[in-house]
Amino acid sequence: MTHRIDIDITLAPGGREIACRIASDAKLTALVGPSGAGKTSVLNAVAGLATPLAGHIRVAGTTLFDAAAGVNLPPERRRTGYVFQDTRLFPHHRVAANLAYGTRFAAPEDRWIGQDEVVALLEIGDLLARWPANLSGGEARRVAIGRALLSAPRFLLLDEPFAALDPLRAEALTGLIERIRDELDIPILLVSHSAAEVARLAGQVVELHPHTALA
Amino acid sequence: MLSEAEWAVIALSLRVSLVAMLVTLPLAYALAYLLVRRRFPGRVLLDAAVHLPLVLPPVVTGWLLLIVFGRNGAVGGWLYETFGVALVFHWSGAALAAAVMALPLMVRAMRLSIEAVDRRLVGAARTLGATRWQAFCTVTLPLTVPGIAAGAMLGFARSLGEFGATITFAANIEGQTRTLPLAIYSGLQVPGNEDAVARLAVMSIILSMGALVLSEWLVRRAQGKDAHVL
Repeated sequence: MTHRIDIDITLAPGGREIACRIASDAKLTALVGPSGAGKTSVLNAVAGLATPLAGHIRVAGTTLFDAAAGVNLPPERRRTGYVFQDTRLFPHHRVAANLAYGTRFAAPEDRWIGQDEVVALLEIGDLLARWPANLSGGEARRVAIGRALLSAPRFLLLDEPFAALDPLRAEALTGLIERIRDELDIPILLVSHSAAEVARLAGQVVELHPHTALA
Repeated sequence: MLSEAEWAVIALSLRVSLVAMLVTLPLAYALAYLLVRRRFPGRVLLDAAVHLPLVLPPVVTGWLLLIVFGRNGAVGGWLYETFGVALVFHWSGAALAAAVMALPLMVRAMRLSIEAVDRRLVGAARTLGATRWQAFCTVTLPLTVPGIAAGAMLGFARSLGEFGATITFAANIEGQTRTLPLAIYSGLQVPGNEDAVARLAVMSIILSMGALVLSEWLVRRAQGKDAHVL
């Protein structure tokens, strides 16, 4: 049977080679490893923002990249829900418009969650009229997650969602990701340094070693 | 105050500058975008060519325009034979000269604003379902509107002051190519015109200052009070 997440790629961001292999059926798979191991590079490759040298990326039954078969979907056709570490909210849009950004590009039949549901789930109703520049780190993260969910994604990529959050906020966000994991049926690939959160959330943990290929 | 002929000079100047600025706007933006976001062979040469009118004696730019767009020039000859259009001695020729001279300033202003756009935002837009073009229209373009406005005003102000290339290429024809600077120059050639020259010079200062102040104001309003174009 096919795995929910089936990645076997070689990457060369900035000239150094990274090999990553993930075969996971867990709802939430964590990718861990020391700083500089290339975890974000792997997420970028899955999202289509970087092109691997070789290998394949299959998520939720869809081949996103396959060097041998010549498949390389552009980012906009991968239906990725990518929550960036630096959130990358659009500074010229208020929170409401940020949330709605991806919805307009998604085919109506692909949308599986509405703005009201996302706002309730993430408890961001009070933030809708705010500008991204006026959000706290935790608020910006929740809005970024909401924006990703509303783009009708087939899977989620979470890059260090707990970075720079105080323990209380990290705990709240962990609970939230737990709910997304259990209530929404889409595979999640999480990159994180936080061992406690990873242990609580992940069904499978994959370690990425710097400069060495995983067997 | 101003005589009818003087108002006509100002109207002609505004028309020439406005047309020069509007025609150059999309070209300047495309060049700025290309120079900031693309790496291609000959990029340095293109960059230098765009900036050439800034450092070349304007009379040389005018001469080059004559060679290319004159009635016997490669492009000018074709235009004349195909459409019966002659840019020389015509206000559109003055607009072309002003456009070429304004281009580097417009490219520089827009380039700064394109450089200031975080490319990672474009990547985010792509993952959210936007094609390259949609991401450009919804992220890069709106975030560079202040730069476009500033570049447009700067180009307009530069066009108002254009003299050397215009008189070389389009000549000094009353009602066609005699814009404000050329009218002032002509006025100085004949004794007894001091008052008319002074009036036109004051108008020139008012229009140019207005355009510059407006461009600064536009940028500050959009990017905060520490931002500037000059």
